[in-house]
Amino acid sequence: MTWVTACQLAEIEQEGAKRFDHEGRTYALYRAPDDSVYCTAGLCTHEAIHLADGLVMDYEVECPKHSGVFDYRTGEALRLPACENLKTYQVEVVDGEVRVAIG
Amino acid sequence: MDGIVIVGAGECGTRAAFALREAGYSETVTLIGAEPHLPYERPPLSKPASEGVQLKSICTKDALRAARIAYYQGTSAAKLDVHSKLLTLDDGNAVKYDALLLATGASPRRLTCTGAEYVLDFRTYSDARAIFSLANHGARFAIVGGGLIGMELAAVLRGKGVAVSVIEAAPRPLGRAVPARFAAKLHARHVEEGVSFYLGQGIAAITVGAVILSDGTAVPADVTVSAIGVVPEISLAEAAGLATGNGVLTDAGLRTSDPHIYAAGDCAAVLQANGSHVRFECWRNARAQAETAARNMAGTTVNFTTIPWFWSDQYDLGLQVAGLSQPGHASVVRPLSNGEMEFYLDEGRLIAAAGLGTGNSVAKDIKLAEMLIAAGISPDPDLLADPAVNLKSLLKNVRAA
Ligand SMILES: Cc1cc2nc3c(=O)[nH]c(=O)nc-3n(C[C@H](O)[C@H](O)[C@H](O)COP(=O)(O)OP(=O)(O)OC[C@H]3O[C@@H](n4cnc5c(N)ncnc54)[C@H](O)[C@@H]3O)c2cc1C
Repeated sequence: MTWVTACQLAEIEQEGAKRFDHEGRTYALYRAPDDSVYCTAGLCTHEAIHLADGLVMDYEVECPKHSGVFDYRTGEALRLPACENLKTYQVEVVDGEVRVAIG
Repeated sequence: MDGIVIVGAGECGTRAAFALREAGYSETVTLIGAEPHLPYERPPLSKPASEGVQLKSICTKDALRAARIAYYQGTSAAKLDVHSKLLTLDDGNAVKYDALLLATGASPRRLTCTGAEYVLDFRTYSDARAIFSLANHGARFAIVGGGLIGMELAAVLRGKGVAVSVIEAAPRPLGRAVPARFAAKLHARHVEEGVSFYLGQGIAAITVGAVILSDGTAVPADVTVSAIGVVPEISLAEAAGLATGNGVLTDAGLRTSDPHIYAAGDCAAVLQANGSHVRFECWRNARAQAETAARNMAGTTVNFTTIPWFWSDQYDLGLQVAGLSQPGHASVVRPLSNGEMEFYLDEGRLIAAAGLGTGNSVAKDIKLAEMLIAAGISPDPDLLADPAVNLKSLLKNVRAA
């Protein structure tokens, strides 16, 4: 398991998302209403659109282009046109720093 | 049971076929499409892509099979007999139906001037293939029509080093669907990118090598593409005696004048609360109407109420518009970190919003605006204008109230 530091917790808006790029791959980090942090693959599974530009409501993120919806905790595709689930990554927050297990 | 037959396998017809299954409909579903491909999405045809023209399928063959949708690829419906509930196909076969959905979409409006036969249309995958096969670096293109499709095409062509002239009959481009503030910003961006505009000009003739404008100006062009709008594909409905106007007329539940026939998507003109019939030409509308029609055909009774919404991508800019604004409505501008947004109020009530910014940066706020519009509220314009006021908190206050 490789852990990388993605950003500071304070850089992610509460009930919001932030894009994180690392070694040619793109991820989306989410800060839930309860301040817990999650990470999924960065691009929507329907078309290559950055999910971090999408609206986060509770535990869901909506694709900014075609309105597909995912549960970012599990990566589950909840609404069409998205039908394939998102890959998710383990996250830990240590001293205000967000770290992601990317592989 | 003869099941449900869907005419037109575009975004709308295809979505409807799957939505029938999602609604629990278990009889035969037949999807008839004139084009020689699996159903595909049109928006990517006019968006920048490094790999050339994309054929982005809406679904796989396996998905059609798994949902037991009988797909007649490359087959046109030629005649509709509403009394015998029989649809005759161009290959001579006929299918009977219990209920039928017209999802025939729209076709490009054609120029009628001399030389119109030299002009390319832009609606289908094969149109896109024809256009982009000629889009070599240094080629000169004239685009007739400065609407969304014409302007998107201009942006993609500039990215390929093609010289582009846009000819528009109105005094400014994007006048029909895009609020004036953002139409002006997009226009300015195209000028910056080197697109030449000929505004307020009709076309006298198309020749090999030039487009001749009504004032006599010759605009040099190796290729001319027409993007002067679309007309709803209503010929089948008209011949069958269904009520038509600017589209196949439906009630609020998308049912046509024949109780067994529905219409949805670009071909449908849907009854509104004010008594008029309105036809939309956008991707999400095609899907949303497909879902409503499918539910009604499967036996429920729901009205179509989704707020119209569309996007357009030009260069690195993304435009999104939710709701329908009228020129007379009050407007409030809200600066965003990578763009700008405008709200439209009708006697205080929020009825539409639009945003323009880099990439998809306006999407979140437009989505929130859409939910605020749906809530039917009259927000304080000062709060809308203040970027420090989170639209999500406004929405939460409305929902809590
Ligand atoms: C280049 C381009 C870019 C676009 N970009 C955007 C965008 O960025 N955002 C947006 O919101 N919208 C966009 N749109 C609009 C969007 O694609 C349409 O609103 C949508 O495709 C409408 O879907 P539809 O199924 O109602 O009609 P269509 O897509 O027109 O599909 C109708 C289908 O029915 C078939 N058909 C017609 N008659 C028959 C018959 N008698 N028998 C069998 N088949 C028949 C046609 O061949 C066609 O395949 C774009 C459109 C184009 C052309």
